[in-house]
Amino acid sequence: MAIEHADVLRAAHLARLGINSDAEAAGYVDDLSRILEMVDRLQAVDTQGIEPLSHPLDTTQRLRADEVTEENQRERFQACAPATAEGLYLVPRVVE
Amino acid sequence: MHEMTLTELAKGLKAGDFSSRELTTSLLDRIERLDGELNTFITVTRDQALAAADAADQARARGDERPLAGLPLALKDIFCTRGVRTSCGSKMLDNFVSPYDATVVEKLEAAGMVSLGKTNMDEFAMGSSNENSFYGAVKNPWDKSAVPGGSSGGSAAAVAAGFTPAALGTDTGGSIRQPAAFCGVTGLKPTYGRVSRYGMIAYASSLDQGGPMARSAEDCAHLLGAIAGHDLRDSTSVARVVPDYLAELDTPLAGLKIGLPKEYFGDGLDPEVERAVREAIGVYESLGAKVCEVSLPHTHLAIPAYYVIAPAEASSNLSRYDGVRFGHRCNAPADLEDLYKRSRAEGFGDEVKRRILIGTHTLSEGFFDAYYRKAQQVRRLIRQDFLDAFDEVDVLMGPAAPTPAFDLGAKKDPVSMYLQDIYTIAINLAGIPGISVPAGFSGQGQRPIGLQILGQHFAEAQLLNVAHQFQQATDWHRRHPSLDQETI
Repeated sequence: MAIEHADVLRAAHLARLGINSDAEAAGYVDDLSRILEMVDRLQAVDTQGIEPLSHPLDTTQRLRADEVTEENQRERFQACAPATAEGLYLVPRVVE
Repeated sequence: MHEMTLTELAKGLKAGDFSSRELTTSLLDRIERLDGELNTFITVTRDQALAAADAADQARARGDERPLAGLPLALKDIFCTRGVRTSCGSKMLDNFVSPYDATVVEKLEAAGMVSLGKTNMDEFAMGSSNENSFYGAVKNPWDKSAVPGGSSGGSAAAVAAGFTPAALGTDTGGSIRQPAAFCGVTGLKPTYGRVSRYGMIAYASSLDQGGPMARSAEDCAHLLGAIAGHDLRDSTSVARVVPDYLAELDTPLAGLKIGLPKEYFGDGLDPEVERAVREAIGVYESLGAKVCEVSLPHTHLAIPAYYVIAPAEASSNLSRYDGVRFGHRCNAPADLEDLYKRSRAEGFGDEVKRRILIGTHTLSEGFFDAYYRKAQQVRRLIRQDFLDAFDEVDVLMGPAAPTPAFDLGAKKDPVSMYLQDIYTIAINLAGIPGISVPAGFSGQGQRPIGLQILGQHFAEAQLLNVAHQFQQATDWHRRHPSLDQETI
């Protein structure tokens, strides 16, 4: 399946990844086209009736008991944040 | 001391031949003297290392008998280390000082080991040459015009260069085994779930696995014993008893059934690599093993399946880097959308962006079934190939990589780089363990060649035994590059 300029821009928007120029987007179109051409070999395989394998040990994720185990460490975890105020993360204004 | 194995250093410490401070100082000085050009470390934690060495010496004087106490090692910069920068080879995390330790780091500290610092790597573990690092490429200690492999290239090169007797790496598609092969060291990717991923920065969560890199299988057995085990903080960690990996090392190999996958010896395999691997298999035959050919018929689909599954998982995992809570943030964002887009565009390198875009595209509406679901179905076929092969044989053997280490800058096209992992990627898709051991050198420029040995799920003890017996019969793992005779 070919990938077009618009597909790259759509993926970049979904991934919130800035693309600065048409030339940069064109570079990704070329690279991604080659990768998808290789990936398209999968389409030749008959996988009718085969269950997808999402976990290499073919098991399900275990769940833990719904219990509070962690204490509040807000200050410690916010120490590496770019900008905080009053225990909150600061971002540009969203609601006018 | 810099050429001794972890096992030999442990004996030396125990016998009082040298102290942990003397050993640690010697290695730190060697790093300072020789790593300027090799670039194997991103961060060297000299003060913390010496403090830990002193603590280990004092504990030993009080009767501490922990087998790994006072031994130095290095950590791939993908493992979170409290109070120390954890960059993952990326500008995105260049300023990130982790507030917590990865489980394996906690375990190694509990065992008394001394961390020398954090090793260089391909950004977010995406690469096969260590050329995708924000901190610059790593050079192969055997030939500085060659790559060390990747993504754990810094760990492999640091062990090969004698900067550390051992290091931790991670392996998503061959990132322990291929650099181990390129640098002439021993590297083990354990079974998926054997080693906790808590605090190991995620690339592709259903494939990633941490493991040891060292001078010998025996050293890897020591390290695996220290880091393996169930961790409640990692929901994919497996609740199984950790065996004594040292106990089986000396088991004779008479009657061992070795399978050679015919798909691993076809077109694209460098003749010198094939020669070295076949000579290594000859050594096994002389040790009493039986060899036969097997087939892994879906091998040719491993790279295509991987390059759907891994980028898809990566696109999800890397969505956490948004410029809000940690990591790189762009200057003066106009609004929230601009903050996200510019922070990520500035913080990620080209290969990471490529994989995010591929993963986002293949997971997006209208493409999911054709790509992701299909790749997961093929993944089951690949896994079944291995299960069928292990009905016939005990272990599989073949090359770790199709060529010896290639030149820095040689592979400009992403797909040609991806093909480097043809013999390693399927193992991650299947979740089985694999180990690469030094098995010779190429004639041109003396670049190391690795033999890869694969086992059934959770058969690490057997793999280590099989690798150790080879190393008892050969001395490839005892060779060292001669850095000291050069002006670096």
